[in-house]
Parts: sequence; structure tokens; C-alpha cells
Amino acid sequence: MTPVLVDTRTPEPKRFIAGATGDWEVIIGLEVHAQVTSKAKLFSGASTKFGAEANSNVSLVDAAMPGMLPVINEECVAQAVRTGLGMKAKINLRSVFDRKNYFYPDLPQGYQISQFKDPIVGEGIVNISVGPDKKGNFEEVEIGVERLHLEQDAGKSMHDQHPTMSFVDLNRTGIALMEVVSKPDMRSSDEAKAYVTKLRTIVRYLGTCDGNMDQGSMRVDVNVSVRRPGGEFGTRCEIKNMNSIRFIGQAIEYEARRQIAILEDGGKIDQETRLFDPVKGETRSMRSKEDAHDYRYFPDPDLLPLVFTQEYVDELAKDLPELPDEITARLVGDVGLSAYDASIIVSEKAIVDYFDAVAKGRDGKLAANWIINNLLGKLNEVSTTIDASPVKPDQIGGIVDLIKEGTISGKIAKDLFEIIWEEGGDPAAIVEERGMKQVTDTGAIEAAVDEVIAANPDKAQQAVEKPNLAGWFVGQVMKATGGKANPQAVQALVRQKLGIE
Amino acid sequence: MTELTSLTLAQAREKLVAKEITSVELTQSYLDAIAAANEELNAYISITGDQALAQAQKSDERLNSGNGGALEGIPLGIKDLFATRGVHTQAASHILDGFKPRYESTITQNLWDDGAVMLGKLNMDEFAMGSSNETSYYGPVKNPWQAEGSNQALVPGGSSGGSATAVAAHLCVAATATDTGGSIRQPAAFTGTVGIKPTYGRCSRWGVVAFASSLDQAGPITRDLRDSAILLKSMASLDLKDTTSVDMPVPDYESHIGKSVKGMKIGIPKEYRMDGMPEEIEALWQQGIEWYKDAGAEIVDISLPHTKYALPAYYIVAPAEASSNLARYDGVRYGLRVTGDDIKDMYEKTRAEGFGDEVIRRILIGTYVLSSGYYDAYYLRAQKVRTLIKQDFDKAYADGIDAILTPATPSSAFAIGDKEMAADPVKMFLNDIFTVTVNMAGLPAISVPAGLDSKGLPMGLQLIGKPFMEEELFQLSNVIEQAAGSFEAKKWW
Repeated sequence: MTPVLVDTRTPEPKRFIAGATGDWEVIIGLEVHAQVTSKAKLFSGASTKFGAEANSNVSLVDAAMPGMLPVINEECVAQAVRTGLGMKAKINLRSVFDRKNYFYPDLPQGYQISQFKDPIVGEGIVNISVGPDKKGNFEEVEIGVERLHLEQDAGKSMHDQHPTMSFVDLNRTGIALMEVVSKPDMRSSDEAKAYVTKLRTIVRYLGTCDGNMDQGSMRVDVNVSVRRPGGEFGTRCEIKNMNSIRFIGQAIEYEARRQIAILEDGGKIDQETRLFDPVKGETRSMRSKEDAHDYRYFPDPDLLPLVFTQEYVDELAKDLPELPDEITARLVGDVGLSAYDASIIVSEKAIVDYFDAVAKGRDGKLAANWIINNLLGKLNEVSTTIDASPVKPDQIGGIVDLIKEGTISGKIAKDLFEIIWEEGGDPAAIVEERGMKQVTDTGAIEAAVDEVIAANPDKAQQAVEKPNLAGWFVGQVMKATGGKANPQAVQALVRQKLGIE
Repeated sequence: MTELTSLTLAQAREKLVAKEITSVELTQSYLDAIAAANEELNAYISITGDQALAQAQKSDERLNSGNGGALEGIPLGIKDLFATRGVHTQAASHILDGFKPRYESTITQNLWDDGAVMLGKLNMDEFAMGSSNETSYYGPVKNPWQAEGSNQALVPGGSSGGSATAVAAHLCVAATATDTGGSIRQPAAFTGTVGIKPTYGRCSRWGVVAFASSLDQAGPITRDLRDSAILLKSMASLDLKDTTSVDMPVPDYESHIGKSVKGMKIGIPKEYRMDGMPEEIEALWQQGIEWYKDAGAEIVDISLPHTKYALPAYYIVAPAEASSNLARYDGVRYGLRVTGDDIKDMYEKTRAEGFGDEVIRRILIGTYVLSSGYYDAYYLRAQKVRTLIKQDFDKAYADGIDAILTPATPSSAFAIGDKEMAADPVKMFLNDIFTVTVNMAGLPAISVPAGLDSKGLPMGLQLIGKPFMEEELFQLSNVIEQAAGSFEAKKWW
């Protein structure tokens, strides 16, 4: 459905695209098809399990056998409402299922059951955060959501199984999708990417869609048009069926420039549906407006209007998890993290859960640092998710505690982390057993300092003139003590013994 | 007609329970009658003799052990629109060639659960589109009734023409049927049988091949009122597989037959008095009014002002839904496939060959009225008319009317191949003039034989009831049945 065009943004030069004849502004609206997380399909009891043998998850209803009737799966309704609530959207207590009629072999009924005029969810918002820029700042932008509606997915046509015939797999037929239609509020490919990323984060937090784009759980139709900054909206083209955030960005960049080139050559844009070719990095025409289907929408007479109460919505709202925006506010406001660090923690619910487990009763900033700089880095290195991390929150917490109480230095802590990663175990016990404790005994450190100075009389002499050399002495002492000496104590003693003020 | 096939459902039930007859005997008599008559009458398009006798055998065992169900051992005919597991289910269409479902419709399952026996699948207008049973891929059904002194073949009405003929010609005890715009009541009126279309939602649509989902409703065609009451009780149920099915108890309809109608109010809608309506129909209607007066009911003139818009609105809504419902017959998964150069060519060839003219006409009308730019002018407006029609009835009932009496059809049965009808589809559509309003409003209505016209052909009266008050229709129409008696076609086949 084409949303009503309302300009909600003020044109800003930093987002303009320079053309040969002046600046242009790109206008982007997205339709995200998110597969609802549920065991059964939208109108049949067939399983939604991904990767099953072809045509094994097909009920009589999915195969559109004569006389079959759809029955709404209430869990899909609840998931749509949750998603609407997650976008602070208006929930419509009465919505209507319509039939969208067209012929295709992977659409057994000859129509898709969707919601046309009266969707289950109305207007909402998705806050996106674009950046960071060179100064590390993020720009917060509010993107309007026009609506969310429930609809059936189609099956899959396979054209490579037989020399002259196509095969059809109906496993996906009838699986519930939520189509989230944005307002044409985005003004750059970065914003579009941030929007999809954020929407994916929201549905993942809510558990209403797994967000796995590579499995087709989220597919995006991208509407792109260009105009002179602040001018009239241009004619849009729709790029269908994108399943990668990176490609969405590339497609928008290509499409905007393609349209600008046409307009600057005095041409005009044909409203059409296009496909993105990731190999060539370009979009190409799929069908023009003239070839567009007349879907002959009308209310599905097999289904009564979908009606529920505000109490039902309130019940679902009560059980919603804390959402990314709320968590960000907490992390930045209460914990004192930077916007950047908060954005990393919030990017996945599992990281938030991990962080919360570590930070409970501890220094949140230190916990965040450890998770972001050590744990996530290591996980990334070995391509593991945080859920599967061999180092558990209580272990990171133990390391943080040991640092905080001065038992180990930051450097030793890194070694300790590696040990735990490989071998597991209780951090405090390991430190105890392996003698990794920081030496804070001044006498022992003093002896080590004396030894180093005595062994390097020339350098000690020079250090009086060149105080920077103190650092070399500190390094030597640390080396001599196996890194266990308290660096601050070593620093102080070295300076004192060398006579540097 | 043998002694056994002359029994009504109620009579057969009694004799079966009393073990005076067996279901196997009864079933065999019907199979014999079908074998003798079907070539001429063409009521059955699939006869399931072996299966019927096997079912009958089991019924006899249950009857012997005293565990018989409400319909134990009763041989029924099933309209080809109902899905019957492993048995011909084609909606009398070429496009469903060879289709035998792996499932059983809720209604027929209810019947088998109650012990009924299936004799076979009954002819009908293709996809229930038609009022004469001439649109069937399997050829027309002949009405057992012929005008006096004539041997011209008459239509049994439609779309449940096979059901009506099979019941009237004693080729089954009773039959299932469906009614989207009059497809139970008009054939019942044309064949001197009783047919009731229950309230929308009373009988499950699951497993019934869809024509127009918001109008389709199944019901029985039987030889008398009591049989309809018995059969409807078994057919009706709440079905969670049909969202439009209604969760209300199914009353014992039979027990309402014979109850006094004294003081009940019968509405007579002035809008049903049409220009050019045969005098005989008018006289029949008047006769019905007199019968009710005699029975102590109160006759009240009422107005249903939007009646005249019902037929045109019906012929928008029904084809619109049909155009979408029939999209699934595409040659991809089951039924007929005519190969083509590509998928589009295959679709076009399959559907062109698989559907008959009337079905194609309605798909075209339906596609047109739903098209972008026409939707508001046709479909949306028709739906508004529908609401107004419903309100007309609501108002009448709110004013204290218990039921509304009208003729069932504007004429008695006409000839197969009637040239006027063939030349002008709208003439054929006019057969439904008194019946479609009921479907548009989702109400229950019954057609009861009320007399013979001057040609000796049966005519019916229609009683329209309040939603889910089918029991009142049984109570009230007993007046007509008692006064008019029953009508039997003279056997010529």
C-alpha cells in the first residue's frame, strides 16, 4: 500500500547528493516483510519449521484443496500486536482480512489473504540512530510507521529442477508475515539501513520475528525517489525483495544516482518495480506500472473481522520486554555509558542480558568496557555468538571484581580472561592458584626497583636529566616481577629512587 | 417404486429400529431404483453401491446391537459439492476431473457419524451456478414431474437439481443440498419436495466446495417436513474449522412439528407481489395466507422496501466471491490440466476447457466488479444494499413478525433447453427473485410443497424465519404441509 505522502523532514545539505546540475535529495520508504515467529501458519495448523523437506509442511488449507477454510492462528495475532506495541503504534481493535487476487503457481488459493483497508496496527514510530560520525556522535531520527498488517506468505517456485517444468514447494505457503510499511521519512541509504537494523532489533527483542534475513525471515521492498531539496516528491521506483541490509544500502545509492542521471538528462522516471543485482551492484526493471496487477482486493468472506479488546492489548503490553530505546536511555542516563558503547550493548538483546548479569552490583562502565573490548572482540574473532560464549557473565564479573579491588592489573586480567576462555574456572581461584595476584607489598617492589637501578647505573644517571626514561625502568621492574607488581606502586618507587620529582 | 423406497426417512427409521427391515435391504432397493432410473433422470453422477452396502451392513450390526445413531442405516444422496473421502467430488465440473479428496466434509462426516449410508454423488449445476441443473458438465437432470398430457422433459431447478430429483423420484431417502441464492428451495418447489436453507453459520461449510462464501449454506431436501427436521439436526453443528460456524445448540427440530401456531404473526411482504407474476402463484400465496388464518395465526402486511435491489446486488456479490473462490482451479495441483506453452498458457487453456459457460460468465462478472475503479460502484454498493436488506428483515422481526410467507418461485418447472432462458441469462437469474434476499440477509427459509398448478406441476411456498429459529419454521410450515398434503410424481421413467 502506498502511504500518504507527507514531508516530515527538513532538507539538510549534509544528506544531499550532488548532481551535475545541482543537489538532489533522496526519499526512501520501506516495506518490511517480517516472518512471524510462531509454530503454526497464519491460517492453518501446518508447521513453520525452516529447512523441512519440500512440501512436507503443507495442510489441506495451504494446498487450497476444494472446500478448505482458513482459521486464524491467535498466536500470530498476539505477535502482531506485540510488534505494534514495540513501535508505540496504534493497535486497531477491529481489523479486516482481505483477499489479494493474482495467479501464480506458488499461490495455491489464487489469492493471498492480507489486510488492505483495515490493518491490525496503525501509525507508529521507529527511532533510529545514524552514525557515529567522525567525532563519534550519533544522529537520532524518528521514522514514521504507516501501518503493520498480517498476511500470508507465498510458496517457493523452483525453476532449476527440470528442463521444461518448474517445481513448487508449498512449505512457506501460508506462513504469517507482518508487513511493516514506513512513511517516506528516510533521506539517505544510511538511514534506511539504520531503520531496517532497528526494526530487526525490535522484533528480535520482542521475539516476534527471528530477523534472519539470510533465511528470508525479513525481506524488504525499498521505495526510492529523488527530488530537488525540499521540492515536490518525485516518481518512485520500488526495489523488491531485498534480503541484506548491505545490499539495501547499495541498491538505494545506485537507484538514486540512476534516477538523478535520468532527470538531469531531461528524462522522466517511470514508476516501476525493479530488482537489485548484487553481483553487478545495479537495479534493473522487473515490471512497469502498466503491467502492474489489479489485485481486486475485497474482504475475505471466509473470515470474520478480527476483533479483540483493549484489555487483551493491555495484557500483552504488560508482558513486553524492555525495548532498545528504554535500555539505551538507562545505559546512557543511569550507567553513564557513551552513546556509542550503549549502541553496541543494545544491538542484541543477548548482549544486554549479558551486560545486565555482569553489571549487577558492579561498576557498569567497567563491565561494559570488558564486554565490548575483550569479550565481543574475542567472540567476533572466533565467530561465536554471546549466547555460546565459553566465558559466562559471572566469570567476567569475577574478573571485573578482581580488577576493581586491585587484586590483579588490567594486563593480568587479559591473561586471566584467556585462561578462562580456554579452560574455564573461577577467576579468583585461578588467580590464587597460579600466583597471578598483583604485588602490592612495597618491600618486594622496592627490592626489584633497587635491583634494576643497580644493574643499569648509566641509565639511572641519564634519567635525572631525561625523566621520560623512568618509563623504561617501570617496564623493567614489571618484567622482573612477571607483571604482577602494582604499576602505580612501581611508578612511584622508580621516580622516588631515581630522584625524579 | 418399491414398498421400501416409498418409506419416508421417519418411517424407514422406525422400521429399521424395529428390525422390520434391514439397511442392506433398504439400500439395495435404492440401488436397484437408481440402476433403473438414472440413465433417464441423470440424478446421480457417481454411484457408490459397494460402499453403500458395506455401510449398510455395518449399520445393521449396530441396529442389531441397539447402538444405532439418529440416521442409522438410512441411504442418502449427497450433492457433488460435498467432499467425500475417496469418492467423486467435482462440483459437477470438468475442471475437477478425477478429483477424489482425502478428506470428508464436516456435514457428511456428521451424517456418517449418525449412521447414514451414502448411495452416491448427486448431479448439480456446475459449481452450484444455475437454476435449472443444465450447467452440469454431466448433462441436465430431468424432473420426475411432467406437465399433464405432456412428455416434455422439465428441469428440476437448480443448483441442487440432482438432489431434488433423487428425492422426488425415490432414488434416495433424502439428500444433502446447498443454497447460495435459492439452490435448495427452488428445486424443492419444482419437484414437490421440502427444502430448508438454514441460517448462515448453522451448518459447517468446511469441505463444501465454495461458490460464494458469504452466501453458501447447506441444508436437506426431503420428501416431507419431518424428514427435513431429522436430517437438518444431523447436518448442523458447531465446527471450529469454519470461522463462520455458530456456537449455538442444535434443537430437536422434529419436536416442534405439530405445535400450535395460534397467535403467531405471519408477515406478507408487499414487495413480493411482482408484475407479471402468474396468477396461479398469486392464488397459491393467497391460499397459504388462508391456511394460516385458519390455524389461528395473525396475518400482517409488511414492507421489505429494498427487496427489488436484492437480485442485482446478489449477482454482484456472488460472482465476485466466486471469481476469487474458483481461482484455485488452475491445473497446478489437482483436477484437469491442459498443457500449454508456459504457465499462463496452461492456466488459460485449462480454465477455458475446464469451466462451462455459466461459470465463466460469473467469473468474468465477478472479476469485473472487483476491478480497480469499479469496486466502489459495484461491490461496495452491493454490500450496502445487503445491509439494507438485512435491516428490512430486522425491522419486521423487531415489530413482532415471527415468519414471512412468500411464494418460493415465480413459476413452476420449465422445459429443459428453454429457448428464452438460454437466450437471456437474466431470465434464468429471475428464478431466484424470491429466494436470494434470504441468502443476502443470512436468514433461514424453507420451501414447502403447497399445491399443483393447472399443468399439474408442483408449486411451493416459502417461509422466511428469524436467525437461528429454524424450529419455528418447522412449527409453522407444518400448517402448509397439513393443509396441502404431499405430492408424488407419476412414474414415467
